[in-house]
This record gives sequence, structure tokens and C-alpha cells, in this order.
Amino acid sequence: MTVVGEAKQQAERKQPAAAAASLPDLLYSEAESQLRAAVRALLTDRAGWREVLARTETPQSYDTGLWHALAADVGCAGLLVPEDLGGAGASYREAAVVAEELGRAVAPVPYLGSAVVATTALLSAGERLLLPDVASGAFTAALAVPFAAGPPGRPAPAVRIGAARDGDPAGTSRLTGTVAGVADALPADVLLVPADGVPFGLYAVAAGEAGYSAAPVVSLDATRQLADLTFDDVPARQIAAGDAADAAIAAALTAGAVIIASEQLGLAERCLEMTVGYVKERRQFARPVGSFQAIKHRLADLWVGVTQARAAARYAAACLAAGDPDTPVAVALAKAACSDIAVKAGQETVQLHGGIGFTWEHPAHLYLKRAKADSIAFGTADAHRASLARLADLPAPAQAG
Amino acid sequence: MLTSANPVTADDLRGQVRDFLAAHDHTAMDRLDFLRARFDAGLAWVHYPAGLGGQGLSRALQQVVDVEFAAAGAPTNKPERNGIGLGMAAPTILAYGSTEQKQRWLRPLWTGEEIWCQLFSEPGAGSDLAGLATRAVPSADHWTVNGQKVWTSSAHISRRALLVTRTDPDVPKHKGMTYFAVDMTAPGVEVRPLRQLTGEAEFNEVFLSDVVIPDADRIGAVGAGWQVATATLMNERVAIGGGAAPREGGMIGSAASTWREHPELRTPGLQDRLLRLWADSEVARLAGARLRQQLAAGEPGPEGSAAKLVFARLNQEISEFEVELAGAAGLRYADWTMRRPDGANFYGRDPGYRFLRSKGNSIEGGTSEILRNIIAERVLGLPPEIRVDKDVPWKDLPR
Repeated sequence: MTVVGEAKQQAERKQPAAAAASLPDLLYSEAESQLRAAVRALLTDRAGWREVLARTETPQSYDTGLWHALAADVGCAGLLVPEDLGGAGASYREAAVVAEELGRAVAPVPYLGSAVVATTALLSAGERLLLPDVASGAFTAALAVPFAAGPPGRPAPAVRIGAARDGDPAGTSRLTGTVAGVADALPADVLLVPADGVPFGLYAVAAGEAGYSAAPVVSLDATRQLADLTFDDVPARQIAAGDAADAAIAAALTAGAVIIASEQLGLAERCLEMTVGYVKERRQFARPVGSFQAIKHRLADLWVGVTQARAAARYAAACLAAGDPDTPVAVALAKAACSDIAVKAGQETVQLHGGIGFTWEHPAHLYLKRAKADSIAFGTADAHRASLARLADLPAPAQAG
Repeated sequence: MLTSANPVTADDLRGQVRDFLAAHDHTAMDRLDFLRARFDAGLAWVHYPAGLGGQGLSRALQQVVDVEFAAAGAPTNKPERNGIGLGMAAPTILAYGSTEQKQRWLRPLWTGEEIWCQLFSEPGAGSDLAGLATRAVPSADHWTVNGQKVWTSSAHISRRALLVTRTDPDVPKHKGMTYFAVDMTAPGVEVRPLRQLTGEAEFNEVFLSDVVIPDADRIGAVGAGWQVATATLMNERVAIGGGAAPREGGMIGSAASTWREHPELRTPGLQDRLLRLWADSEVARLAGARLRQQLAAGEPGPEGSAAKLVFARLNQEISEFEVELAGAAGLRYADWTMRRPDGANFYGRDPGYRFLRSKGNSIEGGTSEILRNIIAERVLGLPPEIRVDKDVPWKDLPR
């Protein structure tokens, strides 16, 4: 049994937390802490920042070996997949804890794209053929939408549906078009592609098909390298159409925003730890620089921000896991709070490390770049706050004129 | 905590309250007699020891008792009038008071017959409380106190006060202090209102001139005043509890209502600020709920010190926003007349009052700067401030 399987059983035994108000449990369960420990042990062993940095300068920017260990050995690829489809039957709460750990390590693995975003799309679409292989880690999947796609609404698809060729198996369509700036597509074995036609649909494309190519992008965050995807009359199989396809894409983007918020939380927490450790050691004027109040107060404020962001991230994961009607508000709060704190943490890490923090040889820049890229992914903090205008009934001024 | 040796359950307590109510008809009894009887029955604060208004039970069980009494429409001890007494004086007396002091002070404190206040801050000792200068000089069986205290809430309605004094100027500042309870009606105690920038006087200055305090009213050992005062201040934070506030339950609620009711006041810039403040307020509410869940699960974290920083910042930013949103109306203020309210009331007042009163939120109960020092040192483990006054006798400190 995988660690996740054991964690799941313990989670079922755990009593529900006393709901003082009607808010869900915002703490970490024993099972979640065990899952965290297993992921952290693997990452400590195999994803030290020197290895992560070195990999960004190689053609293989994703660590597929690490991903397979995380996916299969720890069981992270199938967290969200029901047990009858080979998954762990866990929830977004556990998925969020894994993301925290991956954020701490800026680990170059397609967990978010495959185990969260694509898996959520497949689950929403009721697609059962691909899920067992995605859950086991045998296949890595990616949703072919720009990483920056967030509220409001789904991005307009740039891929069109064409007719099958003679000799294509029944049910085959052909897709043509491009999608720019897709995360976790480079290591993907299967792409889930929103495509326009009558009707609009979500299609599965095997990465080995002729006519499909993924061109690596020189990315701000080289630990999660984007790709520009080209589909040139590529055979594809429809997995959802019309409203069902729209719902699958919306669910996937919501899950992406929730889980990346936890990744941002873990990143911020690691930045804080790293910087606190450094300012205790680094001496200038014959004192640790961490003894200066200008430094202490900045780090205290960062810690305060992390405590706030943690509550928002846990609330969003709990809401999504329970299908809570407050999920849209929870997503906006979490993505806004965690985007802001992660970027702030990355910036403070560079500044408070001084000169060494500005070098290539120090990991600070890996965190800064991941934080800034994450803040744009699945919608910026501003975009998510703007969605609160509708969700919280705080309407905009009437148009002038 | 409940253990097998201590088998009183919530249901048992409900039964006790029903029995008590059957024997004591609050509609036919004097209010204070009713409250005294409730105290004597161990139903005042169940987590206090037997004989002192409680039964040595879990603090969490108190809610059960309060709910039962409230359902019966029984009179309360008006805890909102005696916040310092119940929240700070009582736990300090319980921890450091003598048996005789506990017997003498806790019952009238709990019933509200005796309101307590706190004489800690001085004009020359704010953030540096341990530098305080109010002197207590011993005689045979009493002490004579001279000095000035400030920022004392409720002093004008208090019967007793917690008081920290300097008793030994020849040792470093933390070592030469002694803690007392002082009778506010004693000769030489003068209370003057301290008018604040809102126009009213929530607080007082208290002048102590040759005030005689019996040695029997000393709390803790001579020279242990700092230790006792620290315990009192720690209890300031335990006051978290009760249920979580609802969404928009805080100051953001009035800003959001004004926004909805007055479309003519909206601008794009203000909307951007409001969305940010709304999101931050809601996240702060969730963080408060998470903190309560931690306490309930028996894993108290240091997050409480974050809550006060965030609360102060948000109250200030929201009220600044509200005054600006009000536009021309923001130029008016309800009333500058000197008044003496029972406490700060943020709601049901105009935005101008909230704007001014919230300036105190980052000063009172520990400034935001001191809180950041505390977080940096106690939570993050960063080096302490350099203390030039640590090993110097108090009398030799420059001032």
C-alpha cells in the first residue's frame, strides 16, 4: 500500500473537527502530515536546489525520474482519482499538502498539470479510459490551455476541429491550431485540448501523433518550463462536448488556482525559513544582520502574511474538497492572498540575502521566478479580487457618460 | 481536561444548572444575591477551583453553563463592564494570590460588585513598562505609594486596581518591582479623565499620592512584580474564544454596506481598494478561525500575535477608506464634546470616529513595532534587541 493509501484510511478514522462556526477544518490532519513527510523526504533526497538549478540549464528541464517516484512510489499522481480507477480516492486537501511541499522545493515535476488540472478535467468529463494510467503515473497528462488562463471565463480556444481522414478509426476528429504558453505539456504523454467547432469540445491527443509538436519556451520560471503547442491535422478523440466540456475546463482551472495557492504558500514558507536562517548567520558591523530591527520587522511582517495566506489556502482546499457553495469566493481569496505573499517572500529573500541573493549560484532567484510566474498562472491576484466584485456584491461604478 | 477521575459531563452540568434554577428563582430574588449563590454553587466559571466559583473542569464546559442560564433568562454578571477584572485580574489572583486574597476578591469580582482596572503604563513607561517609576516604600505592615499611571480604562468606575510599582531602585529594572491590588477608594487615589483625539475620554490618568496599601494586598513576593505583571499581560491574549465572527462581521461590513447603498460614491480607484480590503478582512477572519481551531485541538500556535497586527492595520485602512468614500460628508464629525463612554464602540458611530479611534489599535496593548520585535525574537528566533539597561541599577538609568 502506498503512503497515500494509508493516509486515506487514517483520514477516514479521524473524527471531524469540532466546527465552532460553520467553517471547515483549516488544520492539517495526521494523515496529511504523514503524506507531507513522505513527499518531503523524497524531495530532500532527490530535489536539492543545486540539482534543480542545474536541470534548468539542460534540455530535459522536467525531472521525469523524480516525477515517476513521486507519482508511483508515493502515490501522488492518483490522489484525486477514485480507488476503483486505481487512484487513492483522496481529496483536494491532500493534493494541496503535496503542492506545498513541491513549492518549497521548486521541484520540476508536472504534478500540478497532470495530477491536479488534467485529472480534474478528466474526472469532470467522466472520462474513465485514461484515468487509471494517469493515476498510476504511467501516463502524464496536460490541459492545453495557457498557464495564465484565469478568471473571467475560459480562454477562447485557438484550435479548430476538422473532419476525420479516410481510414481514421471511428470517433476520430482532426485538430488544427496553436496554444501558447502551456505548463507541464513538455513531459505530457496525452494532451487534453479544448477545440472549437460544432459543438465545442474537449479532445484527447496522444503526444506521439504526427502533426503534434511542443516547442519549449524560454520561461521566466525555468523550473516549470512552458511550451507552445502546435496541432496540424492531428487525430484526436472527443472526451466531452458542449456544456460538459466547458464545465470540465472550468473545474480544471478552479482546481489549478486552488492547488497553486498551496504551492505558493509552501514557497513563501520556505523563503521565510531560508532568509531567517541566513540573517542569523550573516554578520556585518560585528553583529548578525538579523539583529537589526529593520530586518526583524520585515521578516515579522512576512511571517504574519504567511499565517494569513495559510488560512486562505486551507479554506480553499477544504471548500473544493467538500463541494462547498462558497468555493468561488474561497478560490479568489486564496489565489489573491497566496500570490501576493509568495511574490513578497521571493523579493524579500533576494533583498535580505544582499549580494549573494542576486547571484545565479544562490537559489533565491529560483523562488523569485517561480513566485512571479505562479502569480500570473490561473489568474493574477487582481483578476481574482476583481471576481469578488460579483461574488461579494461590491459592484463597479456606473460607466461615465 | 476531563479525566476518569473527573467525570462531570456537559449533561451533568446542565442538570446542575436546572437544579440551581429550581432552588433559586431569579425573578423573585435580588440580582446580586442570585449571582453570589451561583458563584457559591460552583457555576460561575467552572474551570476555577471548587470553593472559588468553579469545579476544576475544562474551560470549554463553561459555554454549556452560560447557555443554560441564558436560556432561562437569568441575570448575567455583565462581563462587558468588567473585562479587565474577569480577563486579567482574576487569572492573576488565581495564579499568584494567597488563599485569603482569592477568598476575599474573586467573588465580588465575578459578580461585578467590584470592577477592576489595571495601573501599569506610566507617562515615562509605555513600551518599556519595566522602566516604571511609581514608588512603593515599605513600613511595618503596609506600603506607601507615590506616582502617576496612565491609559487606565474604567478607572472611574473601578473599586480595585492591579498595580505594579518600583520597590527597589538599586537593582536592575526587571528585578526591583512589586505587584499589588489597590483600593481605588483609598485616600490619595485621584482619577482624572484623559481626553483622547476622538474628543472623548475612554481612559484615565491615575495619580497616587501617599496611598497606603496594606501588605496583605501584595500579590506575589516582594521583587517578583515583573513576573506577575507578565502573567497578567499573557492573559490579555487568552481572551480569544467564543464563536467566529460572520463574514463582514467586522469593520469591513459598514464599508461594504455604504458601497452598496451609495452607487454615486463609487470610483474605480476606491473599488480596487475596497476589493483588496474585503479580501484581506475575510482572510484575517479565516486566520482567526484557524487560530481558534488550533486552540481547541490543544495545539496553540504563535499566530495570535499576528492577529493583532493585522487587525490594527485593517481597522486603520478600512476606516481611512470609509472617510474618503463619504466624500463631503467625511468633512463632518458627529460630536467633539468631552464624554466618558464605557469603552470603544466602533459600530453605530460615524466613519470619522472609526478613523480616529483605530489609530489607537496599533498603540494600545503593545505597539505594532513591539509586536514585530516579539514575533521576530520569539517566533523566528532572531537575535534580541541590544539592551543597554539590562544590568544597570534602575536608579542609574539615563532618563
